[in-house]
Amino acid sequence: MAETKVSTAEPEPKAPAQEPEEPRSRSWREVLRSAEIDARLVGLLGGLAIIWIVFAISTPNHTFLTPRNLWNLSVQTAVVAIMATGMVLIIVTRNIDLSVGAVMAAVGMAMAVVQHDWLPQWIGFDHPLTWVIAVAVGLALGAAIGAFQGSIIAYVGVPSFIVTLGGFLVWRGVAWWMASGQTIAPMDTLFRKLGGGSTGTVGGTWSWILGIAACAGIVLLQFAKRRQRGRYGFRLRPMWAEVAIAVIVCGAVLFGVWFLNRYYLPPALAEQAGAAPGENISLGLAYPVLIAIGVGIVMTFIATRRRFGRYVYGIGGNPEAAELAGIKTKRTIVKTFTLMGLLVGLAAAVQIARLNAAVSSLGTGMELNVIAAAVIGGTSLSGGIGTIIGALLGALVMQSLVSGMVLMGVEAPLQDIVVGIVLVLAVTLDTIVRRRSAK
Amino acid sequence: MIDRSGTPLVELRDIRVAFGGVHAVDGVSLDLYPGEVVGLVGGNGAGKTTLIRTLSGAHPADSGQILIEGEPVTISHPRDAKALGVETIYQTLALADNIDAPGNVFLGRELTTRFGNLDDSAMEDATRKLMGRLNPKFQNFVVPVASLSGGQRQSVAIARAVHFNARILIMDEPTAALGPAETRQVGDLIKRLREEGLGIFLISHDIHDVYDLSDRISVMLQGKLVGTVNKTDVTTDEVLAMIILGKLPGEVTETDLAELH
Repeated sequence: MAETKVSTAEPEPKAPAQEPEEPRSRSWREVLRSAEIDARLVGLLGGLAIIWIVFAISTPNHTFLTPRNLWNLSVQTAVVAIMATGMVLIIVTRNIDLSVGAVMAAVGMAMAVVQHDWLPQWIGFDHPLTWVIAVAVGLALGAAIGAFQGSIIAYVGVPSFIVTLGGFLVWRGVAWWMASGQTIAPMDTLFRKLGGGSTGTVGGTWSWILGIAACAGIVLLQFAKRRQRGRYGFRLRPMWAEVAIAVIVCGAVLFGVWFLNRYYLPPALAEQAGAAPGENISLGLAYPVLIAIGVGIVMTFIATRRRFGRYVYGIGGNPEAAELAGIKTKRTIVKTFTLMGLLVGLAAAVQIARLNAAVSSLGTGMELNVIAAAVIGGTSLSGGIGTIIGALLGALVMQSLVSGMVLMGVEAPLQDIVVGIVLVLAVTLDTIVRRRSAK
Repeated sequence: MIDRSGTPLVELRDIRVAFGGVHAVDGVSLDLYPGEVVGLVGGNGAGKTTLIRTLSGAHPADSGQILIEGEPVTISHPRDAKALGVETIYQTLALADNIDAPGNVFLGRELTTRFGNLDDSAMEDATRKLMGRLNPKFQNFVVPVASLSGGQRQSVAIARAVHFNARILIMDEPTAALGPAETRQVGDLIKRLREEGLGIFLISHDIHDVYDLSDRISVMLQGKLVGTVNKTDVTTDEVLAMIILGKLPGEVTETDLAELH
């Protein structure tokens, strides 16, 4: 199996000489392999496509595949997606974090108290810095909680399941205690933009600019990687594959922008915004979505291009080997939990901004959605395996199921049953595929 | 012949390690000279691995002294050992299965670009060059090492040990998981590294694994050192008597040797 992966120092491998027993016709699997595309990622995208097609057909008036629904879907996915990227690294190190929902509540309440009760006394209502201070407090608090829990796990050696199960109870209680269970609302005007909504978007033009910039970035990255591998004389990905990837990925990005840009402001609001009668104003991409995409890019970079990420995967693959290789494994574990806490703080900001309120029940059950997103995205609970992009797509799969079933009018208990079945099914398929490819 | 008139590369003096009252290593002293292979043999539970773990930093000694090139050193973590040029290849092949060969060779000591990002191409290039020297047949540089054969995984483990200018190499049962051809390959490699002036501790429970490669053989039994002998002075049967009976060649009787068979 590994033979076809053989790389040589020569620029172009003589394929027929190296693979004498390969039949002429190539299976899709081999095409993927020679193009160096992750087959599991393609499988995940395929699963998502099937779900979307089924819902597109079966929802009343085919409302699932409308700009409006997909725009909402993108915003609804963001919160879980942000946290799922951190959960991947936690699970890769053979740990778990059950406290993210409760930490979200505690941090969310704290951010609400800061902007609603404290800051107005010092700098007045709706000060332009209010949102910055509130978010900074949330990030710092989330990171501190993560570092605290991570230290107990790494240095004292208490299993993460227990520590974060404790956190699950403690932080929920703290959230209630902070405002005696009361709801805190409303949020600061600028802060509210973090949650999306009709004001929390970048608009049509900026959506196009960002989409085009993303395409330029993708192509530049491909060139940089190609040039670097070429400098060492390694085998390069075939040119047809490079072009195909660039075209498909950029095409998907630009199509996505075009499609979501067809979600317009309601006529009444558009008129307020100064549109001529009959003129449409695109909402454009929502801030939570951009935050989630940004987090995904940064986390992918950390996971694959930084030492810290390599250590996370090393620890997950073989904790003893990592320790013997001189890696500071305990410090690395604390860092992963700190990063998770930071992301929970960010997700909490988005969530309370979206709700325009903070309640102590914020994020109830969210930890399971986050873990499920990571696992559907191919993260293995036995450690060592998992990708950020997988977790993002996993979150999208979960939210798509819920969104589609809501549109179909499926009752809530049945929704849970379907999501549960899909979770187990996804992991079952992945296990079977992995076992087969290991042979 | 090996020159043993100078300062030894490594000297272990009166090392003791106890696990809850059990003396796993009980006052053992050993030395190793540059360009020398010392075979450390003994039955299961004789304390070989525990002794050597004090040198590799995996488990510090309770008492005793370690000298490297005559200087007393403290080794309390694998990092300390690596900083002193002591590299260890563990019996359990301490590789991260989910990471590819270059990632494993450089695990904990990654090459980075000037921005501190992982330089995967440079690491792959260095690993290719290293493997060209150690195991030219090795070609799987971009798959997780989980999918490699035992011999290939051993090559990765050895590459990791020798790449960082090791002066002292500890190999714990290096051929236990290998077939005959791969064992021969590892044997050739050990000879080559010895010629380059490295000092090598070769650990095994089976004298036949290390007899041919060793210059001297140290035998342990129940945590104590039975003795250290020059290979040229002894037969495998005499070493076997040391391993099993704890008797030095001079003390062994004909009946003892007969009983071994």
